[in-house]
Formats: sequence, C-alpha cells, structure tokens
Amino acid sequence: MFKKMNEQYGLNKNLAQMLKGGVIMDVTTPQQAKVAEAAGACAVMALERIPADIRAAGGVSRMSDPKMIREIQRAVTIPVMAKCRIGHIAEARILEAIEIDFIDESEVLSPADDIYHVDKTQFSVPFVCGAKDLGEALRRIAEGAAMIRTKGEPGTGDVVQAVRHMRQIMSEIRTLSAKSADELFEAAKQLAAPYDLVKQTAESGRLPVVNFAAGGVATPADAALMMLLGAEGVFVGSGIFKSGEPEKRAAAIVKAVTNFNDFKLLATLSEDLGEAMVGINEDEISLLMAERGK
Amino acid sequence: MENKKLNAAGAPLKIGVLALQGAFIEHCNMLRKLDVEPIEIRRRVDFSDNLDGLIIPGGESTVMAKLLYELELLNPIKDAIANGLPTFGTCAGLILLSRQIEGAGEGAFPVLDVVTRRNAYGRQLGSFKTTSQFHGIGEIEMVFIRAPYVSEVYGQARVLAVVNEKVVAVEQGKVIAVAFHPELTEDTRLHEYFVKMIVNCQL
Repeated sequence: MFKKMNEQYGLNKNLAQMLKGGVIMDVTTPQQAKVAEAAGACAVMALERIPADIRAAGGVSRMSDPKMIREIQRAVTIPVMAKCRIGHIAEARILEAIEIDFIDESEVLSPADDIYHVDKTQFSVPFVCGAKDLGEALRRIAEGAAMIRTKGEPGTGDVVQAVRHMRQIMSEIRTLSAKSADELFEAAKQLAAPYDLVKQTAESGRLPVVNFAAGGVATPADAALMMLLGAEGVFVGSGIFKSGEPEKRAAAIVKAVTNFNDFKLLATLSEDLGEAMVGINEDEISLLMAERGK
Repeated sequence: MENKKLNAAGAPLKIGVLALQGAFIEHCNMLRKLDVEPIEIRRRVDFSDNLDGLIIPGGESTVMAKLLYELELLNPIKDAIANGLPTFGTCAGLILLSRQIEGAGEGAFPVLDVVTRRNAYGRQLGSFKTTSQFHGIGEIEMVFIRAPYVSEVYGQARVLAVVNEKVVAVEQGKVIAVAFHPELTEDTRLHEYFVKMIVNCQL
C-alpha cells in the first residue's frame, strides 16, 4: 500500500500514543522478551548487551545482530524496538528492512557521526530519540523523531539524570507557554529549534510527540517518580534483568506506572523485590552517555 | 453542570475509560468535547456500579489483560458488561471483547460473537489510514495502528464497517467494537453514536 511520508509520520506518532502508560523493557534474548511480555511490557528493546554491560565492557558498541532481533520479533506479539548508532544511516536502514516497529537512535551505542543525526524524515519506520532539554527534543522532532525519551544515564541504576532531564524539559515547556506570540521568535533562536515546533509546543503546553522517561530507572518508586514529573511512560533497561528477581520487578514496575499516584499500592509493589541492580552513582562514572549527540 | 449530558435518572452521564495503559486520555478528551465527564478506571475502587458506560481504549491488549487481572478489575467489569453495561472498545478493546482471538483463546470480556486476528496487518509498516462507510453514520476517517481485524462473525454480532473486505467494526447488544482509532481523529461522531446508544437504552 502506497503511503505518503507525512501520513506515515502521523501513524508513527500514533503508535507512540498507544505505548503511553506503559513500560518498554530492554531484553537480550527471546526468553527475556517472553518474560518481559508476560510481566506486562508494552514493547521490548532488543539489544545484545544491556547498557550496564556495555558500560562495563567498554569499547565500540554497535547495532545488534539482525538475526537476534528477528528471533525476538518472532517470540512476542508486542512491538519490538532496536537501537542504531547516532547518525548511522545504514544501521537504521537495516533495522527498517527487518520491519522493526521503532528505531532508537541511541547514545547508549557509540556514535557513528559526531555532528549529524539520521534524517529520520526519510524513513517509514518510527524513531525514538533521547533529549536532555527542550531544544534537543525539538531538534530531534524536526529531524523526524516520532517519540522522545529523556537520556538519563543508561546502565547506572541512578535516576538523577533522568529526573534532571525530565524536569528541564517540563520546566522549559511551562516557560514557553507563558510567553507572548512575539517572544516565541526569540525563544526559538535561544532553543536552537524550528519556530513552528516551538509555537506548537507553547500553544499545546506539551511536546508535539509522546515523551517517555529513560535512563537509570531501577525500582517501582523510580518509575512512579518519573510519571509524577510528567513522563508518559518509562523505559527500563538494565534495572530489570540486572536485578535479583526480574519477573517480579518487571511486573511491579508495570503496575507502578499505571498507578503512580496510589502510594499504598506502591508500598506493596515495592515489597520483597529481591536485590535491585547495584548501580553506580553519576560521579563514579567516567563515560557520560548523555553527552553524546546534542 | 447544566451543559452536561444527563442519564435517565437526571444525573450527569458518567462514562468510565479503562486507564491501565494506552491511549485513554484521547478518549477522555473526545468525551469532554461531547459534554460527558470521563472517569478514569485504574484501580478496583474507580469502578463503581453507577457508570452509564465504559470505553476500552487502544494500547497493548496483553498489558491490559494482565493488569485487569492483577488489579482485580477483571471480574467486576466482566460481570458488568455481561449484565448490559454499554461498552465501546477500540483496537485492543476489540480484542478484549472477542469470544475468540486467533491463537490465544478468548478475550478478557468475551461477549462479541467474533473471531479476531491480532496484528492482522503486520508490523508498524502495515499501519494505515483510510476513509470508509460506517453503518448508521456515513463515511468516517479510520486510523489503523498495528491493528486487528475480525476474521469471522457469527451468532448475534452485526457488522458495522468493512475495509478491504475485512470486518473492522461490529455491534452486539450494547457493545460496539472497532479495529481502528476514532479517538486519534477530530471526528466525534462515533463517540456520539455510543453516547446516543447509552441514552436510548436507558429510555
């Protein structure tokens, strides 16, 4: 069926809307994908190594083996996402060729291009991109991202950067909404973002696409915190399969995202989850992935 | 309050929107445009027996089915629908309301005499938008996102819309279910159709 690119972009933003209120989990095997689906994940991110292991291993980190991604696609009925390196047009085209449901152009992998991101307007499949602030989010949307997530600091189990990025984006949106029409031209200049997207954000009081939290979420309380700060859903990477009881923790995080305002329920959900991932504090790490791609 | 649509008892119409996961806010916004107050159903305490209707939104049906069970909402809602609570399901909602899902047994609320195929158009690249006739309304815009379709209709279910020779909307008793997403468009006619059905069956 022939579809115009702008129509496909609309459908891609719509798919992100269907993921709202859900948890997207990192998985490395079909078995883990099934565990994630059974625990209530609304999508899975297929990758060879979870961020904590990428961080520990060091070296260049690349797109996963398409064979492994296909096996995960066959294992579950929920949407399957996979990561390409920032600016790696060919990796993105390969993921599109295997009909991935969403490409994450991700700072977790080693960037392939230190200046340009992928021109996502030229693709039929949807992209999600990370952002630390509103300008970055709007630049990614201008390039064709159908969904935004905070960068956080992947693989650390430390939520502080995801919180910082979410607060920054939400606060900048509130500031923008209070501006007069003529002030928005200057705001666009300051944000280094296209005027039409700045205007749309100011008028609607929200990002033009769905906005998830990602990076360092390890507990049901972390997930609820991100929802309280305005996230529309949560990515959990290393937090689940680096913990003692992945099934239980995954299911608890799913329920915490749905009922982030019910603190009695959150108390119950936080009980007996086994060991959380050990984690690293942000000042103990040498590589800040969030600084990749601006 | 005077602008609110009223039910048979003269109270403002209350329609619950299942808000466990997915695009439930979009349905709430559609109801507000029709002067109906939506009630988000996230927990057992949110689901009371004084609701006039229920909307089951799009999202991931596997996620909703699991949360319905774990949050102890499954049986109360199942009983209410079986006892005639007017219900409107979109996309994942259609799957949950089907008596049979291909390869996966019955839906969470198996009231529609249909067999439904999940992800029937393939992955996201198979998602599409079209316009087609909807019985009793006319031509409407239909957005299909990793959508199901109805592969078999039997018993009491009545077909309301067909796209590319596949059934994409059905009605049975007080239940309407569609494979597409009216809540993602600006057109409120399908929600109006549901609200009218509620008001009519209270007369």
